[in-house]
Amino acid sequence: MQTVQHRARADGVETHAGANIDEIMQKVAEHKGCGTSGGAGKASCGSGAGENDLPPEIWEKVKNHPCYSEEAHHHYARMHVAVAPACNIQCNYCNRKYDCANESRPGVVSEKLTPEQAAKKVLAVASAIPQMTVLGIAGPGDPLANPEKTFKTFELVAKHAPDIKLCVSTNGLALPDYVDRLAQYNIDHVTITINMIDPEVGAKIYPWIYYKKKRYHGVEAAKILSERQLQGLEMLTERGILSKINSVMIPGINDEHLVEVNKAVKSRGAFLHNIMPLISAPEHGTYFGLNGQRGPTAQELKALQDKCEGEMNMMRHCRQCRADAVGLLGEDRSAEFTTDKIMEMEVNYDLETRKAYQAAVEKERQAVVEAKKSELDGLAGEHSDIKMLVAVATKGGGKINEHFGHAKEFQVYELSTAGTKFVGHRRVDLYCQGGYGEEDSLATIIRAINDCHAVFVAKIGGCPKNDLKAAGIDPVDRYAGQFIEQSAIAYFKDYLEKVKSGEIRHVERGDAHIRQGALTAAEAA
Amino acid sequence: MAYKIVKDNCTGCSACEPECPNQAISETKDGLFVIDPAKCTECIGFYDEPQCVAVCPIDDTCIIDENYPRYQAA
Repeated sequence: MQTVQHRARADGVETHAGANIDEIMQKVAEHKGCGTSGGAGKASCGSGAGENDLPPEIWEKVKNHPCYSEEAHHHYARMHVAVAPACNIQCNYCNRKYDCANESRPGVVSEKLTPEQAAKKVLAVASAIPQMTVLGIAGPGDPLANPEKTFKTFELVAKHAPDIKLCVSTNGLALPDYVDRLAQYNIDHVTITINMIDPEVGAKIYPWIYYKKKRYHGVEAAKILSERQLQGLEMLTERGILSKINSVMIPGINDEHLVEVNKAVKSRGAFLHNIMPLISAPEHGTYFGLNGQRGPTAQELKALQDKCEGEMNMMRHCRQCRADAVGLLGEDRSAEFTTDKIMEMEVNYDLETRKAYQAAVEKERQAVVEAKKSELDGLAGEHSDIKMLVAVATKGGGKINEHFGHAKEFQVYELSTAGTKFVGHRRVDLYCQGGYGEEDSLATIIRAINDCHAVFVAKIGGCPKNDLKAAGIDPVDRYAGQFIEQSAIAYFKDYLEKVKSGEIRHVERGDAHIRQGALTAAEAA
Repeated sequence: MAYKIVKDNCTGCSACEPECPNQAISETKDGLFVIDPAKCTECIGFYDEPQCVAVCPIDDTCIIDENYPRYQAA
């Protein structure tokens, strides 16, 4: 089965249009850990994997981790501390020189912290945001190129806030040297960014690496990097540390190759694969940005994620956050916790309060699952080929609770008779600024959700409502305050009825644009 | 000669500091890094290439300082 896919790729099958995706046979992995069965028979797993979909020991590790569990990301928050400024490789999508308040992308921070400052920040944030359960060190360089700062931070946090899960994100070059140390610090989640397994492809992504006191270039550099990444992954698997693989999808360079990467990392025990769109604009000053390398469209990204999903769990809720991000995914509260502010804060780290709060969150979370289940029963026995996307404005908690004009992003769900599946999110400009809608911003939003049939909101004004209708997107505010997935299933049932009765005709939607700009506290303020 | 760090280019990432075999690199008050020319040996006798140049993420940031004579290995 794998060779079928290989051949298809080698034949240069165009995957962008999406129409050919179905021709490529998918192998349902022998064990994806999925047990749910939808009406159409396809297990709904991937990033949406829930309690019943995973082996218990893995569920226990990921259930409160917003970056490892799509379901958890509605309820739990994470933070990154920027203690690791140095890097040991250069990537063509990264420019270390540039930082400004108006952007949010990996590798960028406003200030770097010492391990002591970082530990204080973690305690301050964890006290203010009791659902903050995860601390990650992700840069802005490579955490394992700054091992002393990284491990000192983990040591301090583990001592003062033992309930917080620790994780680390690395390019993998130094990983084999530190796997044992990671195990020793009880770090049970590691993310490795792997963009290629073919050094020829790698040479187009990495101009150089610094390894064993020497700078290597081109194919030679990429070969070393790839070997070290895969070796590191195997070592983590041997030690029972969960690995997530991040891959940046770069159209024309590694987009088709990522199917091979997916197989390679799966076979070495990676738990989750996160394929992210390239963020590339000239003003970022990156090699790709300056040379006009484009990022993928929403449908190109989804098609690739769908194609890899037969092989292993896919993550689709990644916000490609900054190395100093704070809060729920999709929000950035880092501006509330600058070094000056945290150093002045009186921190009272109260484990019991945090536990009580998290118990309440668990209740809320259970309610979301129950609501979905009960509505899903109503779909049993329904069969239809119709699949559609809907966009949702939410502030979290699994509910439709955000005003259309206040949404900084929309979450996108795919609806079918198999149920609902979270397939991604779309960042948008703030449409409503100071009470005045701007037509240009509305056009931006429509482009961002142009592949959706409907948008679910808590509230929406008359003008945008009409414009959305004109663009063929149904603005839906009748589920305000209700659970997302339960409402989506109800909407879909209603939609199917209307199609059956001939009241409406189902038409396919077009592609959508992935916004290259950003979501930041500065913008949101 | 010794190496120097071009202040306008330095991002303060600290990658060079631990790589220097002579402990010639230190952090300044404003979070950037400087090379002490009295300690710099251009990595001669240690490595094939100057380590600060090899690890620095920004091109043309660790450069030869023409104000100092060429380093002579003892």
